[in-house]
Amino acid sequence: MRMLSRDWYLDDAPASRLQANAGRFYRAGGLLLRNPLAVVGGAIILLLVLTAAFAPWIAPYSAVGQDLSARLLPPSAQHWMGTDELGRDILSRVIHGARITLMIVALVAVISAPLGLIIGAVSGYFGGLVDKVLMGITDVFLSMPKLILALAFVAALGPGIENAIIAIAITAWPAYARIARAETLTFCQSDFIGATRLLGASHGRIILRHVLPLCTSSMIIRVTLDMAGIILTAAGLGFLGLGAQPPLPEWGAMISRGRVFILDQWWVATMPGFAIILVSLGFCFLGDGLRDVLDPKQGGKS
Amino acid sequence: MSAPLLSVEDLRVSFPTPTGRVEVVKGLSFDLGRERLGIVGESGSGKSMTGRAILRLVRAPGRVAAKRMEFEGTEIQSLPERRMRDLRGARISMIMQDPKFSLNPVMTVGRQIAEALQAHERLGRRATRERVLEMLEAVRINDPERVASMYPHEISGGMGQRVMIAMMLIPRPSLLIADEPTSALDVSVQAQVLDLIDELVRDHGMGLILISHDLNLVSRYCDRIMVMNAGRVVESCAASELHRAQHPYTQGLLAAVPRMHETRPTLPVLDRSQWSGT
Amino acid sequence: MSAISLQDLDISYGTAKVVEGVSFDVAEGESFALVGESGSGKSTVLKAIAGLAPDWTGGISVLGQPRGHRPDRGFARRCQMVFQDPYGSLHPRKTVDTVLSEPLQVHGLGNRDARVEEMLGAVGLDRRFRFRYPHQLSGGQRQRVAIARALMLEPKVMLLDEPTSALDVSVQAEILNLLKRLRAEQGLTYLMVTHNLPVVGFMCDRMAVMNRGRVVEIAPAAALHDGSFSDPYSRALYAASGGTAHD
Repeated sequence: MRMLSRDWYLDDAPASRLQANAGRFYRAGGLLLRNPLAVVGGAIILLLVLTAAFAPWIAPYSAVGQDLSARLLPPSAQHWMGTDELGRDILSRVIHGARITLMIVALVAVISAPLGLIIGAVSGYFGGLVDKVLMGITDVFLSMPKLILALAFVAALGPGIENAIIAIAITAWPAYARIARAETLTFCQSDFIGATRLLGASHGRIILRHVLPLCTSSMIIRVTLDMAGIILTAAGLGFLGLGAQPPLPEWGAMISRGRVFILDQWWVATMPGFAIILVSLGFCFLGDGLRDVLDPKQGGKS
Repeated sequence: MSAPLLSVEDLRVSFPTPTGRVEVVKGLSFDLGRERLGIVGESGSGKSMTGRAILRLVRAPGRVAAKRMEFEGTEIQSLPERRMRDLRGARISMIMQDPKFSLNPVMTVGRQIAEALQAHERLGRRATRERVLEMLEAVRINDPERVASMYPHEISGGMGQRVMIAMMLIPRPSLLIADEPTSALDVSVQAQVLDLIDELVRDHGMGLILISHDLNLVSRYCDRIMVMNAGRVVESCAASELHRAQHPYTQGLLAAVPRMHETRPTLPVLDRSQWSGT
Repeated sequence: MSAISLQDLDISYGTAKVVEGVSFDVAEGESFALVGESGSGKSTVLKAIAGLAPDWTGGISVLGQPRGHRPDRGFARRCQMVFQDPYGSLHPRKTVDTVLSEPLQVHGLGNRDARVEEMLGAVGLDRRFRFRYPHQLSGGQRQRVAIARALMLEPKVMLLDEPTSALDVSVQAEILNLLKRLRAEQGLTYLMVTHNLPVVGFMCDRMAVMNRGRVVEIAPAAALHDGSFSDPYSRALYAASGGTAHD
């Protein structure tokens, strides 16, 4: 088939909108694959997604089934990561925990990135009073430590995984708003925006169709890099007992439970810890790779 | 003419692209005495890269190769970087396109010129200052004392370019490379700056390489002209002979410029198929 | 009715007044040049007419209708602008097709495919270019796209801000020829800002010479043939541009 061949993607004179876009993604994808760290990061994230999708089939045991006769067993052939204080298989819990982690990450990204993007773009585009008010609000949020602010929100909304997600999303958007605004300021005076205004396009259209697409690549990079932080904040809330509630196998909560046994039964707290580190690293690597590919300012073009 | 100041043979500059290395300068050879040579071409012709290659300023991943590249009898290519730094500025100077990007914004004009001098000569403070003011006067800055204490953002584009010239000429180099020295300036200032370069070059008996896209301008200020297209020299002639240019590219370039006494209904357009095969 | 009419136009940026008391009329179908050196305010006048420099007082009317201080949709159908830098005037992430379809979408005009193809032909771009991104185009091709975008709404008045000063001379000739042909074919009125006097001689009927925010002289383009300028600044500019006056 002509379509989907290498030449089709790299055609210098694409015949359709679809082909032009596909070609752009193909080139970016090619660059990404040539970056070893990005490939490692991507593989880790892919592993996380697959694990989350097939958790019930992969996990050797139930995530919540207790077996008090098998309490606190060290890692062995039967229980690769050992068991916890209620005799639950830690590997199974870590695998099921991937679902919770992925859900937190995805929901936070879906809520906070677009929110920050729009607030930042509107603020940078209009400037003046709008800018002052919106950035004032942003600064208020930025001036408080993230975890403390999330803690306050969870305390007000009540503990639970949904509220934890909302709390993290609320604390994450101001950073994105700042980036989107800075990005918008660099090109909102440029000729192509002026030309579009001259065509009679509304402000909404210009922001949505012209400003936002230019902010998204730096935003994707930033969000990917922040994922590690989001996972850690979620784990922190879980650790403090304000995130996922038992018996949900949330990694942070698992570490918290294992803390009591950390000296004698180290695996209870360490195994979910490893999972957190691995996934955080995966997002960091992928984010760095994306920066090289998507951000021309970093010299990714050469 | 005695031994040439600069002698270049088979200069090649190449850059890597996803589809392999591409040469932007493809085998350039010329000798330069104490004369004024103009290199003319459109963007992408390799004219700027030629200037940079002579000063070894082509950055990696760009690669420069030449059979021979001698300046005052010394092979430039094999010089260690430290010796090259001494050569740059002291013996060969370069004036770039836009003074705004070439001057340090947080240093006064006077100090920058003084630094250019001190990098190559050991002089006392008083002697340095005298030389700086003398140089500023030489580039026709009326009030050198005042200008020396100003910052780059406080002076106009034309004056900025004059300061650049002062900076480049104060170590008394024997070769000056000017890469589009006036294309960022207004027409009325352009002539002043070029007249100034011309006068200084002739007074000091220096060699000049003037790189520009403007054929008429180059023909006015140079003795000899090389026309470059796609990395090659397509025509080389005395400036006074330019109107008798042979190559269709040169003829096309000359014809494409609108004239002050314009009466042609349409401008002739270059037919690139005529020579691109050669 | 004149195509563009300026009455006593003052324009300021913040507290600094950059244009003072500019008045002139451009007749319908005429090609009028604003010449001057950098800082003379010539581009600012163009921006004010386009609505991109809102801080002005005085009167601006285009095709008999006074314009407000902001871009508006009705104005967009009558008057469009081509910018100086073809590298900055096209959105880096949009294909030629998207750029040319946009004006039609904004104004709810149909038959987009045919119109885009037709316009590509009119500005001398092959169909192959339709789905390319700006970084796949040369400077001259980009400027053709920018001209096509301006013409999509079939305006009668075109504002040209140094449309060829960022281009090589051979490409400049192509673009100037194109602009001249389009004007003849579509009966356009041009107001062109430039610092290049020979370009004025090729493209324009009349010109206004600006210096330090004021119009010092309005002369026919024929003055370039013999240097018959009355103002000393115009004469100096003419001489610096390589003109020789015959008195």
